Amino acid sequence: MFGTSTAPAWLSRALYAAGTPSPRKKILVAIFQRGAMDGLNVVVPHGEKAYYALRPNLAIPRPNGTADSVIDLDGFFGLHPSLSPLKPVYDAGHLAIVHAVGSPDPTRSHFDAQDFMESGTPGIKTTGDGWLNRALTAEKSASPVRAVGLGPELPHALRGHNEAVAIGSLNDFKVRDDRGASAFQSMYESSHDQVLNGTGREAFDAVKRVQAVEKNAYTPAGGARYPNGKLGQSLLQIARLIKANVGLEVAFTDVGGWDHHVNEVGAKSTVGQLANLLTEFGQSLAAFYTDLGDRLNDVTVVTMSEFGRTAKENGTRGTDHGHANVMFAMGGGIKGGKIYGDWPGMEREQLYEARDLNLTTDFRDVLGELVQRRLGNTSISAVFPGYDQPKFRGLIGA
Amino acid sequence: MIRKIAFVGSIAAFAAILSADQDYTAFTKGLTGDQKILQALNRLTFGPRPGDVEAVKKIGLTNWIDLQLHPERIAENPTVETQAGSYAEPVPAKFLTPAQQRLLRTGPVDQAVAFLSSLPPDKAAQVLETMPAVRTRLASKLPPSFVAKVRSSASGGNEMELRRLISPQQIAMLRTGSDEDAAAFLASLPQDSAVQVLAQMPAVRKRLLPMLDADLSAKVEAAAPGRPKPGDALAEAKLLRAVESNRQLEEVLVDFWFNHFNIDASKGADKFLISEYERDAIRPHVLGKFRDLLEATATSPAMMFYLDNWQSKAGALNENYGRELMELHTLGVDGGYTQKDVTEIARCFTGWTINQPRQGGPFVYRDQVHDHDQKIVLGVTIPAGGGKADGEKVLDILAHSPATARFISRELAQRFVADDPPPALLDRMAKTFHDTDGDIRAVLGTMFNSPEFFSEGAYRSKIKSPFEMAVSALRATGATLNKPLPLVNQIAAMGEPLYRKQEPTGYPNASQDWMSSSGLMGRMNLAMDLTADRLPGVSVDSSHFAANPTESAHALLLADASKGTLDAIGAQADPQTVAGMLLGSPDFQRK
Repeated sequence: MFGTSTAPAWLSRALYAAGTPSPRKKILVAIFQRGAMDGLNVVVPHGEKAYYALRPNLAIPRPNGTADSVIDLDGFFGLHPSLSPLKPVYDAGHLAIVHAVGSPDPTRSHFDAQDFMESGTPGIKTTGDGWLNRALTAEKSASPVRAVGLGPELPHALRGHNEAVAIGSLNDFKVRDDRGASAFQSMYESSHDQVLNGTGREAFDAVKRVQAVEKNAYTPAGGARYPNGKLGQSLLQIARLIKANVGLEVAFTDVGGWDHHVNEVGAKSTVGQLANLLTEFGQSLAAFYTDLGDRLNDVTVVTMSEFGRTAKENGTRGTDHGHANVMFAMGGGIKGGKIYGDWPGMEREQLYEARDLNLTTDFRDVLGELVQRRLGNTSISAVFPGYDQPKFRGLIGA
Repeated sequence: MIRKIAFVGSIAAFAAILSADQDYTAFTKGLTGDQKILQALNRLTFGPRPGDVEAVKKIGLTNWIDLQLHPERIAENPTVETQAGSYAEPVPAKFLTPAQQRLLRTGPVDQAVAFLSSLPPDKAAQVLETMPAVRTRLASKLPPSFVAKVRSSASGGNEMELRRLISPQQIAMLRTGSDEDAAAFLASLPQDSAVQVLAQMPAVRKRLLPMLDADLSAKVEAAAPGRPKPGDALAEAKLLRAVESNRQLEEVLVDFWFNHFNIDASKGADKFLISEYERDAIRPHVLGKFRDLLEATATSPAMMFYLDNWQSKAGALNENYGRELMELHTLGVDGGYTQKDVTEIARCFTGWTINQPRQGGPFVYRDQVHDHDQKIVLGVTIPAGGGKADGEKVLDILAHSPATARFISRELAQRFVADDPPPALLDRMAKTFHDTDGDIRAVLGTMFNSPEFFSEGAYRSKIKSPFEMAVSALRATGATLNKPLPLVNQIAAMGEPLYRKQEPTGYPNASQDWMSSSGLMGRMNLAMDLTADRLPGVSVDSSHFAANPTESAHALLLADASKGTLDAIGAQADPQTVAGMLLGSPDFQRK
């Protein structure tokens, strides 16, 4: 039921020509926040009375100028105070926020919801490939590192018939023994084992490109300081690949730990589990923004999490599994400094199943717009099968 | 609503996929006698060792499988018995008397500080490390000079910890060798090992930090000095057992069931609870009744903590355990339950909690926080006033549901037979599960004696996980595991941090998920390092490796290598290189 036993799709893949560096393309960087982020405490509807009524212990205080209160954005919504590094990005018009967004599938299973959001097909468990892979257009001479997942495993979002590689870290990505490297390359390229042959080919092609980047020292521009956590270090490596012009088109990374059933917020809003994660999250995105500088014109970052959390706090200073959430889009072409989407309200009768934030934007409305207007892939119904009536929100400037 | 519009397409596509029949004919084609033995060894063990095929032939395959299903009849390897216990998790300061613990937790602050300061620095460090509440309460009140001593005791000079990672010669070389040699040695270690080594050697760390490449130095700087990662000690014991135990199937099953009832050592008190969880809740039941295994996990403080049930109270519910109990432990996500069932089950388990959770206390039922009203779970009415029995009743309902029999059978078959196991086999396994009241040994018996298990559809169809690849390589070469931690780290870098899978899903049983470009590089490097005898913590006797690739393949793969692999190896004169190339080849990645 999970996955199919059909032959891997890259059997039918067109071979690319190795060699010349790819021309500068538009790049989409997707960040998955695993565990179901509490969007209501990240982009806070501080103008919503019910928000404060439902969360007596967890609500972030209304904007009052203190360091623990919401950073107001538009008089109704505001950022969690630990996201202060993103406020200047928002003000500069490079960060857009979509609220009450998510997957229309009602599941509250982390596993299924993540799978649906990565396959791009809510409700369908048999989709073997991912939306980010399908977002790539067929090319005769695409780079072997056009699609990169940061981490030891290739995420579902990147699986599919276009070449995609998983890179744990740039400097470990090679066979250290030279004789071994050439023998392994030869045996994997000649293997009749479809899975190992495909993965092996992709790996060795990518190693050459990555090692050419890795041997040069790298200093982030503009004094950008990436946090030491997984997200910061992943974005640092993505920035290196982008600036080295290796032909990157899509990148995927993830950051876990958002499943805050207990003690989500500490003694004040800027301490505790959620605040810690948001601090790292905000600093990582801000460092990437600073480091890329003008190059950000070519790059769009989008964030997502499998579902939101209950509107009402639970009995253990946390929140349980909910429905709609919030997404960020940052960078090139984004009409930022604005919050998109229709606000469904948080009164009991406005909530989904009387408990969760209702959904007014399908996550595919956001991703589809980026795929079409940034990556230039207009076959949205092929990228998101079964998704026939896109309602783009107008995040991208004309 | 948008939801309805989107669903029209979804359902149509889903129906189309369901109607496309999978082809399971490969599961009707039998294997040769030698293939059957290799199949059984590959699936019931962590990989064959030299001599295993002969041992199976001697007693007969059916008898050998039966023996593995009865581990109590197998004499254990003395190495396991003497060494596995030496990898101990940190426990809350056991050297303190109950009165001393009370003083530290709740006594007058000045007296508690005075007592803590009177301890030797290493003991005080242990107290602060293992008793977070005490740390929060007292750390800021301790005299700075004492804190400095405690810190150096915790972060420096921990020779024992260091010797688990590298040899005394290597320690001496790092201290007194040239900067270039020392930096080169560190670069050759798995990054996590290098980080841990430097965390134990503050002076060396300071000296070499500027010489390390950017990636490694960032990690070294980020690492809290002197702290082993949660779960490390248990992971070392796991690796040792997997390589050395004679009761291989039992170890494979402990791995399977732990993963099925996954918890994460990184989550708070589970750091202390995880060893006893595996020892007391999982291991005794891996071949027993499923209902007993379910109860053991449901009443374990480790699971209560991991899925937050210990804090769930009447009127202040936490649904986390109720949901995962159905989705992951019993019925499966398609097992036909609703959000209402999740909430009702959460109500049934209110009061199932932990006595003194932060101090590693035991499971306890607290009637005063239990929801005493009536509940309806999956259509069954649980009358008001049941108390602790409400939760027991839920476990009964779930353990005896046909959906559970089917889901557990599928999970087992996916692990042991094939990623997409044939439905006919699942039907028979689920029937055994039902007929024997969930007897795991009987269900395994049905599976291991099925024609599907010994079929072309199953044979070599599974890709090894990083852990399985590493252990099978050590077993194939007869290597000795001296210090497991570096290899534990390397397996983590290949995508499988042991005991630190954050999500309750555990790792996938479907093996194709383990294939990635990054993981593949890790496997090749591991293979070459192992056979060259430069894998940290492992020693291998390379004198028995054959120089002839065909001969070497027979010894290591127990089968012919594919032509492509032999051609690529060509005429390497060096038996170690030949062996490394075979273990890194596509042939060795499958089981």
